Order: sequence, then C-alpha cells, then structure tokens
Amino acid sequence: MDGGDEGVVVAPMGDESMCSNGGAVADPRRPPASSGKAAAGGGEQMDLEAYVALYAGRTRVSRLLFIAERCGNEGMQLEALRMAHDEIKKREDSHLYREVIAKIGGRLGPQYALDQTWVDMVDRRAEVRKEKLENELNAYKTNLIKESIRMGYNDLADFFYAHGQLGDAFKNYVRTRDYCTSSKHISQMCLNVILVSIELGQYMHVSNYVSKAEQAPEQLDPITHSKLRCAAGLAYLETKKYKLAARKFLETGPELGNNYTDVIAQQDVATYGGLCALASFDRTELKNKVIDNINFRNFLELVPEVRELINDFYASRYASCLEYLENLKPNLLLDIHLHDHVETLYTDIRHKAIIQYTHPFISVDLLTMAGAFKTSVAGLEKELEALITEDKIQARIDSHNKILYARHADQRNTTFQRVLQTGVEFERDARAMLLRANLIKQESILRAARKL
Amino acid sequence: MESVEAVVAHIQGLSGSQEEVAHLHSLLKQSEDALRSQAARLGAFLHQLDPSVHSLGYLFLLEAYSSDPVCREQDGDFLLSILEFINSCSAEQIRLAPEKFISVCKSFKDKVMQLQVPIQGIVPLRTAIRKLQASSEQLTTLHSDYLLLCLLAKCYKAGLSILDDDIFEVDQPRDLFLYCYYGGMVNIGLKRYRKAWECLHNVITAPMATLNAIAVEAYKKYILVSIILNGQVPSFPKYTSSTAQRNLKSHTQPYIDLANCYATGTFSELEGCIQTNLEKFQADSNLGLVKQVLSSLYKGNIQRLTQTYLTLSLQDIANAAQLKTPREAEMHVLQMIQDGEIFATINQKDGMVSFHEDPEQYKTCGMIEHIDSSIQRLMALSKKLGSLDEHMSCDPAYLTRIGKERPRFDFDEFDSVPHKFL
Repeated sequence: MDGGDEGVVVAPMGDESMCSNGGAVADPRRPPASSGKAAAGGGEQMDLEAYVALYAGRTRVSRLLFIAERCGNEGMQLEALRMAHDEIKKREDSHLYREVIAKIGGRLGPQYALDQTWVDMVDRRAEVRKEKLENELNAYKTNLIKESIRMGYNDLADFFYAHGQLGDAFKNYVRTRDYCTSSKHISQMCLNVILVSIELGQYMHVSNYVSKAEQAPEQLDPITHSKLRCAAGLAYLETKKYKLAARKFLETGPELGNNYTDVIAQQDVATYGGLCALASFDRTELKNKVIDNINFRNFLELVPEVRELINDFYASRYASCLEYLENLKPNLLLDIHLHDHVETLYTDIRHKAIIQYTHPFISVDLLTMAGAFKTSVAGLEKELEALITEDKIQARIDSHNKILYARHADQRNTTFQRVLQTGVEFERDARAMLLRANLIKQESILRAARKL
Repeated sequence: MESVEAVVAHIQGLSGSQEEVAHLHSLLKQSEDALRSQAARLGAFLHQLDPSVHSLGYLFLLEAYSSDPVCREQDGDFLLSILEFINSCSAEQIRLAPEKFISVCKSFKDKVMQLQVPIQGIVPLRTAIRKLQASSEQLTTLHSDYLLLCLLAKCYKAGLSILDDDIFEVDQPRDLFLYCYYGGMVNIGLKRYRKAWECLHNVITAPMATLNAIAVEAYKKYILVSIILNGQVPSFPKYTSSTAQRNLKSHTQPYIDLANCYATGTFSELEGCIQTNLEKFQADSNLGLVKQVLSSLYKGNIQRLTQTYLTLSLQDIANAAQLKTPREAEMHVLQMIQDGEIFATINQKDGMVSFHEDPEQYKTCGMIEHIDSSIQRLMALSKKLGSLDEHMSCDPAYLTRIGKERPRFDFDEFDSVPHKFL
C-alpha cells in the first residue's frame, strides 16, 4: 500500500487527494527493498512507520521527535509529529503531549489541537494513582517487608517513568537497590536504571550499572546479558570509544531478539556494530570478529546494506562500499544515537579504505585510485596529502605523473638522524640544567650570607 | 694616612713573590681612601710604575684615577693607558682585586661607547675577560659588556669566541641574564637561530624571584625565534620559575597574538596581525625578526610539501604555500635549495620541481668524526654530571635540608640509637 507508506496526513486510508498530499511529503519511492526493512534502507526517504514499528515504549516518541527536529523537511517533520502525537495519546505523559502540540502549532488541522479534557483527565488520574502508590509504599515501609518495599518503589518509579518524570523515576529505581534480595532483582534494577539513564543521556550511569549487573554472582540469563552488551555499547559509542563499542555490539547474542526494543532494535545493533567495527578494526579483526561471527551474522542479515558494505570493504570493493555508505547516511543522521558520530565514523572508514588501498603497492596510479574511490584526482591528492602529513601513509606523491610511490624509510639513516638529534637535545638540556643548578646554589648561598 | 709617594714606593718594593703581593694588597686596601682623595694627581705616578710587574698597584691607582670624572674627561691618554694595562698586566695579580679590574674595564667601555667607537673596545675587552677568568666556564661581569660592544660594532663573529665557551659558574644573576640576552641577539644577527633559541631559553628559564625587563625582552625574541625555528612556541618547561610562567605572557601580548596567527597558517591573517601591531614591534626593534617570521611561513609550507610529494608543479607549490605567482615560488624554492633546507631540482621546461631525499648517508669520514666528537662531548658532560651529583650528596647544607623533610619517626629511630649506648 504505497499511499499509507508515504505518510498520509489525515487518515491511514489512501485515496486520490491523500496521495497528492503524500507526494509532497516524499519522493516517489523505489520498490521496497528485498528485506522489507526500511529503517536503514536505501538513500530514499525514510519510511517512518516501518521505522517506528521496530521500537516500543517511550523511545518511539523520542525518536520521532528527534527526526522531526532534524529532518529539515516540513512534510516529514509533520508526519513524524503526527505519529508522535498518536503515540503519546496512547500513553499518559501530559507534559510531552503539550510539547508536541506546541511543535505541531496547528499545522495538522483541528484534530491535532490541544485536547484540554484529555490532559485534565490524565493529570487527574495521575494524581490519584501517585497518591495511591505513595500510600501503599508507606504502608509497606511500616511493615518492613523488604520485597513489598522494593515492589512499592518499583511501581512508583514505573509510574514516574510513564509520566515522563525521568529524574524521579531514576531516583526511585536506584532506591530499590537496598531491597533487592536476589541477583534477578539486581539485574532488573540495573536494567531499569539503564533504561532511564539512556533516555536522560547520562551514559556514565549506563556504564556504571552495566558493570554492576555483570558483577552479579549468578549467571545472567542470555537475554539480560545481551541487553547489557547493547547498553554498554551505546555508552562507549557516546563517549567516542568506537573500538570498545564495536566489541560490545559484536558480543551481543541473538537472544536479544525483539526484547530490547524500548532501547534498541536488532537492526541498530548491526548498523552500530558494523560501522564502529569498520572504523576501528584492522583487517584480521574485521574478518574474525565481524565477518566470521555467526551470532553477528544474524543481525547483519537484517540490514543487508551494512552486510554488503562490510563485505565490500573487506574485499576491497571500495567504490560500492562508499556508495552504500553514502546511501545510508541521510537515515543515519536521523538516528537518535548515531547522528553525532556519523561524520567521524565516515571519515575514519574512508581513511582506512584509502590506507588499505595503498598498503600493498609500491606505486599506485592516482587515476585508477580516484576511479576506485569515485573522486577526482585533485581531491584524492588532497586527501592523500593530509594522510601522509599525519604519517598514516608512508608514501609520496608524484604530482607530475600522478603516481603515488610507497616510501620505505631508511632505518639506518633515520636511526642516525634520531641519535644525533637526541644527543644534541640531551647536551643542550644537560648544560642548561647544570647552569640552573649552579644559579640556584648561588642564590641559596647569597641568602645564607644575608642571614648571617 | 700615607702619601701617594709612600704607596708608590710600597708598590715598587712589594711586587715580587706571592706573599709580598698579598701583603701589598692589604696595604693598598688601607690606603684606598687616600688614593681616591688625590685622584687628580695620580696620572703622573702611573708613569713610574710598570703595568706588567706592578699590576696590582697599577690597578689600584688606575681605578682611583678613573673613578674621578674630571680626569677621565681631560686625559686624552686615558684610553691608551688602560689599553696598555689590560694588555700587559699579570693575570695572577689582578685576580686578587677583581672588582677593581672590572670597574676599570667598565669605565673603559663607557669611554669607548661615549666616543662612539665600540669596535675599538672589542679586542681589549676580550683580553681582559681571558685574564680575569679563572676558567673558561666562569661568567664574569665583563662578558655582557663585551657582547654589548660586539652588538654595537656589529661584529657578531667576534662575539662567538666568547659564546662558544660553555659557562657554568656565575657570579651575579644579572650578568647571566644580560649575557644570555646579548648572546641571543648576536646569534640572531648571525642567523644561528638554534643557538639563539638556547640562549634566550636560558634567560626565561633562569630562576628568578621577581620579573625583570631583560627576561621580558628576551621572551619577546624567544617567541619570534621559536616560530622561525619550529613554527610554534613551546609552553614553559616545568622548571621555569613560577614568576616567569605567570607574568611573561601578559607582558608580551602582541607576540602571542602573532604566534596564534601563525598557527592558523594563513598568510593574510598573519600579515594583518603584523600590520596592527607594527608600532609595537618597531618600538621593541624586533621588526626585522617579525619579517623573518613571515618568510618562514612560506618556508614551512614548502618544507611540508617535500614530505608528501616527489614532484609538484611550481603552480601547485605557489597555491599550497600561498604565494602569488609560480615565479615567486621558484625563487623561494631556489633560495631554500641554496640554503640547504630542502633537497630538490627545478625542471624549468615543465615548471616542475622534484624533491629528493636527504642525500646524507652517514658513512663519510666527516660524519663519523662529527659523531665521535659528539660522543666525546657527551661523555665529558656525563662525567661532569656525575661529579656534581657526588658533590651535591656530600653537601652539608643539602643533607640537613633533606633530613628536615624526613618524616618524624625517622628522627626517633635515629635518636634511639645513642640512648642505647648511654
């Protein structure tokens, strides 16, 4: 159903007028990709419904809002806001609702104006429920039953989380910690805290609680284990430690399935892990840990583009690899976790490709190379120049004949050079130091003389 | 109070053996005031003494005589007599009264500068330094005066004979500051920037309790020389005194701005920065160096190209180094090849430049000799470090200081030993 896919504004049913409306939103799309999974699909407009269907819980709303903020395309923005609005209506966060209504600003017709009765109803219900939960908690506390107190805090935290009071939710989840009696409780508590922290953007807490959960004496069940891997990967990604992030994502087990969709989808694991690995691993590591990794292969199957580009990279088909990357880019830029890192990762991957390309050769024809990287000779020369200056490629460019020559540094000469240089520096520093030592001695003598 | 005649008689009688000279020294010290009061008459007596034999006495008379401004003005032979004295005096005798000798030399220097013939003072002062020094490692007050005369006379090469000695012993901190500052300037004059950098580095890292003008001026030049040499200004090493670290930068703002502009690598920005601060640079008479900085930007750019390219057209060089025309680029490359800064050949037909590797193979006799001499120097240096370390660990002042900083229980242990034996 093409019309529905394109994000029709008023109703999900597509008729003539709506199709024209949708046409303004999105370009006529290609036939759907073979996987039917369009979240990280080709370079065409993102399919929001399919994308959102991958997630559950609050992250749906935050992802939609993020897309609305970043996409820079009014049609898509309104579509995202509309879906966010529908999503919120099913929940109980009146604050977020007001925010979205303000963002929509009446652009979607009267159906999407502020529904004060709904807000009042939700608020009232929330008030009542909060009171009830607090009373219950107090009752449990007076009875001093650990398990009940834990449940009480947990319920209260769940309540706060649902209503968007993340700070309070975080506090209450952390409080349950004192009342945890089994390692299952502890891992539950950690997962809750991690969930809230990711939404709050507090990745320090995420890595803290991941390690806390992993310290549990009993073996964690595989699902929890995989969830923790993902959370740790996200935390590393956020702190720009791409290599560690890649390792964590690659260690994620297939048990993850659709169990963690309120944070991350399986497709994301493949994309994040794949890109981080490309940017930070060397060839052997890439082969052993990514391509030959049976667990991770399952994830990659979900995002064939990433699988293809990793294989292309490994097989040195850089042009098609870079093309895949370029196609993925607009969607990745709309990803709530990856958007900040896309540029860095892409530059790293590109540099790696260039370095890998030049590595086995003594001389490389720049014309051929420019063809392989789909760029002009002049542009390639600039890129190579930067890499040579940073000492990442040992080569020199023959700009006259457009050939890149590998440069094998003469060990003997460089050693001589370094030794002489070190000698000169040592001599200079030692002499200066002797002089200063003498001056200090002199001064102390002067001071002593003055005292006398 | 003795008369001058009696003093002269003493001098003539007691200039033989070492003991006699020592005795004479004490006598002369007693009659110092008398000599000073009769300074005007001393000129005649000087002729009765032989500067090579009666050096100490001659020195006292000469010092008293030269301290009187009237005599200095009137006597045309004044310079001549000092000159003769410096050339012929006995080093052993004058070292008994170094402050007198320095004072005489200083008045000599002042006179030379007053007559605006600094070049005439260079040779005598060098002789004077050599006579005054106990060893070539000693820094005397005359060093800085000598370098000043070299700078004024623009005889930079003459200054090197002194600068090439490594100095370790310093009498007055001020001497060191001036010596290193002037030394830096002499080296800048000869375009020996590395040496100049070392001298200036010594100034700013010397221990100082309060900021002084010499250090500030030296830091200005230090910034410029660092840029010319390495393209950047190193941060203060951690042994720099906190006074210098805290204050130097605030006194040299235009220069720091210049360094920042240089770091951006854009020619127009650097030029703009120089234009805005032109007056300040001129006032500090550093404009010449600032211009060197400007041209070093081109050089740095071209030098970077040699690392990345085997061949490059002059047009591309001009673009990369932000030069206006290929012709200009060619001139720069040519100049750099001439100065041995890069190894390249220019193909004028195609307008291409081929860059080569450093042809030095480190297997010529000259190179081996050079390496050997470096090794010898470093061995001597490390021997010196060792002996200094030994010396330091035997120094009572150092040991008491270390003792004080030890934790208290160490002292108790130490005390308990004699108690047991009591």
